[in-house]
Amino acid sequence: MNPQTKVKIAFYWNASCGGCEEAIVDLGEDLFKVLEVVDIVFWPVALDFKLEDVEKLPDGGIDVAIINGGIRFSEHEKVVKLLRRKSKIVVAYGSCAHLGGIPGLANLWSKATIMDYVYLRAPSVVNESNVLPKEVVQTDVGELELPAFLDVLKPLNRVIDVDYYVPGCPPTPNVTLKAIETLLSGKLPQKGAVLGADVRAVCDTCPLNETKPEKLAIKEFRRPHAFIPDPKKCLLAQGLLCLGPVTRGGCEASCVKANMPCTGCFGPLDNVIDFGARALSFIASIIDQKDEEGIRKALGPVVDLVGQVYKFSLPSGLLKDLIKRKEV
Amino acid sequence: MGGPSEQPRIGVYICHCGTNIAGVINVEELTKFASSLPNVVIAKNYQFMCSKPGQEMIIEDIKQHKLNRVVVAACSPRMHEPTFRRCIQSAGLNPYLLEMVNIREHCTWVHEHEPDKALEKSKALVAAAVTRANSLEPLEEKELPVVKSALVIGGGIAGLFAALTLANSGIKVYLVESSPTIGGKMAMLDKTFPTLDCSKCILTPIMNEVANHPNIELLTYAEVVDVQGSVGDFEVKVLLKPRYVDPAKCKACGECAKKCPASAPNEFDLGLSKRKAIYLPFPQAVPTIYTIDPNVCLYFTKRDRMGRPICGVCQKICPAQAVDFNMQPKTVEINVGAVIIATGFETFDPRLKKEYKYGVSPRIITSLEFERILCATGPTGGKVLCPPDWKEVPKRVVFIQCVGSRDLTVDVPYCSKVCCMYTAKQAILYKERVPDGEAYVIYIDVRAAGKGFEEFYRRAVEEFNVTYIKSRVGEVVIDPETNKPIVRVEDALTGYMMELEADLVVLAVGLRPSPSTLKIAELFKVSRSPDGFLQELHAKLYPVQTAVDGVFICGCAQGPKDIPDSVAQAKAAASAALEILSQGFVKTIGYVASVDKDLCSGCGICVSVCPYDAIAIKVENGRRVASVEDVKCKGCGSCAAACPSGAMQQKHFKDAQLIPVVKTLAKM
Amino acid sequence: MSKPDFEPKIIVFACNWCSYAAMDLAGTSRTQYPHNVRIVRVMCSSRVTPEMVLTALAEGADAVLITGCHPGDCHYLVGNYKTLARYTLLKKVLDEVGLGDRVRLEWFSAGEGERFAQYVRSFVEEVKKGALSPKSSTPEEGGLR
Repeated sequence: MNPQTKVKIAFYWNASCGGCEEAIVDLGEDLFKVLEVVDIVFWPVALDFKLEDVEKLPDGGIDVAIINGGIRFSEHEKVVKLLRRKSKIVVAYGSCAHLGGIPGLANLWSKATIMDYVYLRAPSVVNESNVLPKEVVQTDVGELELPAFLDVLKPLNRVIDVDYYVPGCPPTPNVTLKAIETLLSGKLPQKGAVLGADVRAVCDTCPLNETKPEKLAIKEFRRPHAFIPDPKKCLLAQGLLCLGPVTRGGCEASCVKANMPCTGCFGPLDNVIDFGARALSFIASIIDQKDEEGIRKALGPVVDLVGQVYKFSLPSGLLKDLIKRKEV
Repeated sequence: MGGPSEQPRIGVYICHCGTNIAGVINVEELTKFASSLPNVVIAKNYQFMCSKPGQEMIIEDIKQHKLNRVVVAACSPRMHEPTFRRCIQSAGLNPYLLEMVNIREHCTWVHEHEPDKALEKSKALVAAAVTRANSLEPLEEKELPVVKSALVIGGGIAGLFAALTLANSGIKVYLVESSPTIGGKMAMLDKTFPTLDCSKCILTPIMNEVANHPNIELLTYAEVVDVQGSVGDFEVKVLLKPRYVDPAKCKACGECAKKCPASAPNEFDLGLSKRKAIYLPFPQAVPTIYTIDPNVCLYFTKRDRMGRPICGVCQKICPAQAVDFNMQPKTVEINVGAVIIATGFETFDPRLKKEYKYGVSPRIITSLEFERILCATGPTGGKVLCPPDWKEVPKRVVFIQCVGSRDLTVDVPYCSKVCCMYTAKQAILYKERVPDGEAYVIYIDVRAAGKGFEEFYRRAVEEFNVTYIKSRVGEVVIDPETNKPIVRVEDALTGYMMELEADLVVLAVGLRPSPSTLKIAELFKVSRSPDGFLQELHAKLYPVQTAVDGVFICGCAQGPKDIPDSVAQAKAAASAALEILSQGFVKTIGYVASVDKDLCSGCGICVSVCPYDAIAIKVENGRRVASVEDVKCKGCGSCAAACPSGAMQQKHFKDAQLIPVVKTLAKM
Repeated sequence: MSKPDFEPKIIVFACNWCSYAAMDLAGTSRTQYPHNVRIVRVMCSSRVTPEMVLTALAEGADAVLITGCHPGDCHYLVGNYKTLARYTLLKKVLDEVGLGDRVRLEWFSAGEGERFAQYVRSFVEEVKKGALSPKSSTPEEGGLR
């Protein structure tokens, strides 16, 4: 295919574990099919294009920019703004770009506390001269500029205008393929849509949904390490904190099929404003206790409730603007 | 008129309420503010919006300005929402397109000292109401037809009166009773307190009235096994157990029982006498049809070496040829609009109170067993004699109160209400028949609250010299030499300890919910109170209703009580049932739960929260989705709050209708 | 850092049967209380979601009060137990992010008009004080792990 008529795609990773990059590679043989019709113009993890190459492109010269990772550093902000200018469509790929992701839980603590812990007080740190990262460092070969650690980790859409989202930590190969096919099809859905995934929750496609008893009534939740769940029975009904009911489906319940409760990486459904708040409501609704003491007891084993229900989504939704960040 | 897709045209009406509102805030300024809000076509204020001219103003404006939403800022909606709903309805608008703003009870009346702030707050409240008015939708209150017949479960005194009251009001009644005869526990009693009426004498006319009533279909020896549907339209499956005697042919001559070789303990006499395998529970049984007990009858239990039954005597000698060993159980389906549960009680099993040695000595019996001994149709023909030989006249009878009542050691904290009175009665009857005998009642308190009750108890003490000793009996021991029970008593009033040797000990056993009550409760999804009896909807105001619409309770199934209270409750339950049955229809409410099936993932969380079992997960188009039964929904909204996807919403209180209100009030 | 003119906004959710009636009673009794509360009527307190509470706070409310019938008295039998559970879980999260003192749950029977007014008076005072001295909240358990 003529490189001029191929769809120009750019990939970029912000604060990323690399899993989303792997997810692209995980397309396996389907990747070759995609490569037949796309021309990758930027992919730091895999190809040797430089930032200047992107700057040289005309505005809107990139057809689709697929960006993963949360905005943690000033450099991320700089690059995604550049990519926004240069791209017709921007896709937030993976939980971090979509919702903030797991690193978003850092927003519970003040920047000073994070720096202090990570560089000085963490048990495995040896930092006798108490060195903290600086944005400008003098070395014997000159001045070194390091990206600034932003005060708050943000999902992509709080920094640039995002056209579409692909959910998941990371998005599964099926979801990725479907999303890419949609993008290449020319039949684009409404702006802001989530691509490749279901419109209903995980329970809709979970094989264990039909094993639920008529009424769920949990006296006390259990942690996955505490027992071996019956793989043929709904995990929520067994007392595990499975977030399947509140999480967008499309992953084919792969975690549940591996006997692990869903942790919500595909994020909220369309009508939901705050994932964690919705999760709290449904979890509370199936607790079989009538007083505060009993309710707290039901949650006893769940030591980190915020971490459980906001694992991927703390920087999005409603709570993000209300958090009083902790100082320790 | 008034669909969600049309452009809202809102009229805002601000009431002065005389000076109640206008005396605190500037209603003109509020009106001006209201008219500036989005989609407000007209804003007015008036002295008394609820008055005739006030309402007519609204009606006129609706017609003239083609308004399709109305906001009334005035008193509490708990006061006048129905008024203004009717008002806009008369102008052709759906009544749910009204929003009331409470600027009186919640504003001017409580912020008189801060009029500026009150005005500010009123503006915010009106703005929020206009926002909400934009999102209101017309709602329907469906009318569903009601089947004009009723089911009464239980043929005791409560069930009989419930059935008669309904039948006399023109309702077809199915009366289902699990034993072969109606009459219940009252048929087992000798005399009733405080009048000492003969129990059977007042009961049997009622039983016959029920049997002969053209509106009552009596299904005895039958049990309810399945229930579907809801108020106005219950589909009930009733299992008719086989009597092996054709009801159409049996003349109750009794020849079969005379010749029957097999016998068993007589349940009606609580095992104190025997009956045959083919039997009539008692002579006045209704229906008067014999029944064969297949667990005892030799035709069913014994075969010869060739596999043939060894007996069939009753079939051979029955002059009416009514015996039919090939009868099968039959299930019938009945369709009723309301159900009354009157399944009664059972007595507390005194074997649970081991200290009282019930079952160890035949001289220790329950009050109900003593009642059978007192009864002329009982094992002794009404003579007071000691079981099991029926030779000795007991000269000292000790009645122990609160056996299985007010006793946490057997998990029964409540008082059974009737025992103080029935013991006083039994003591009196004993003294009447054995004037030189001694009667002791060992009590904790004497509860004699009803009409004539205290007087009756005083008669026992003063006229019949029954000795009342206040004590909690710790133990009954059996004297190894005499084999007589000795009751150990510590008199709380004198402090004296005594050991009362008794010829007969009568345990005043408490009332417990019957096993069939528990089964029926499960079938109908009626919840149980902490004491185990059926839970009424409201302890004070709705004693015969349950949380399940159309299902009523009465008699001892609801809690321990005596005959007058059972009858009163039975009639109350019938009257409550008639409220539904005589109208001919039931209405759903407008603000029911409603599910978007395209968004529903069938997770089932909503089903878990509904207090009325109004939601079920059904398979539709290959997918599991929630389905709401409008007639059962009471509009609490808990399911909508629980729904993790937003698929379940509550009409009139959708997220899309409430969230904008919250935002407006938080912002302004 | 003092804000003498600070007038907090408190959103109150009230159930149609008990707590809204209590608020009406405060009105008919002319019991005076601060203007800072704005009442939202729902049929049952169990309609109130954590999302609604967070929306109120995110859009400018300084505090939220959820009210309903006393346990055992719910017009819909068990709705308020669900409210209690949802509130307890939300409170756990709010405590961790320093907002625990901003959201409350309180039961009012239809006859408790005076008690409601009293509650509003003290709640408004507390929120006012809270705004003047920002609290640093501590994590509920263990801190950083």
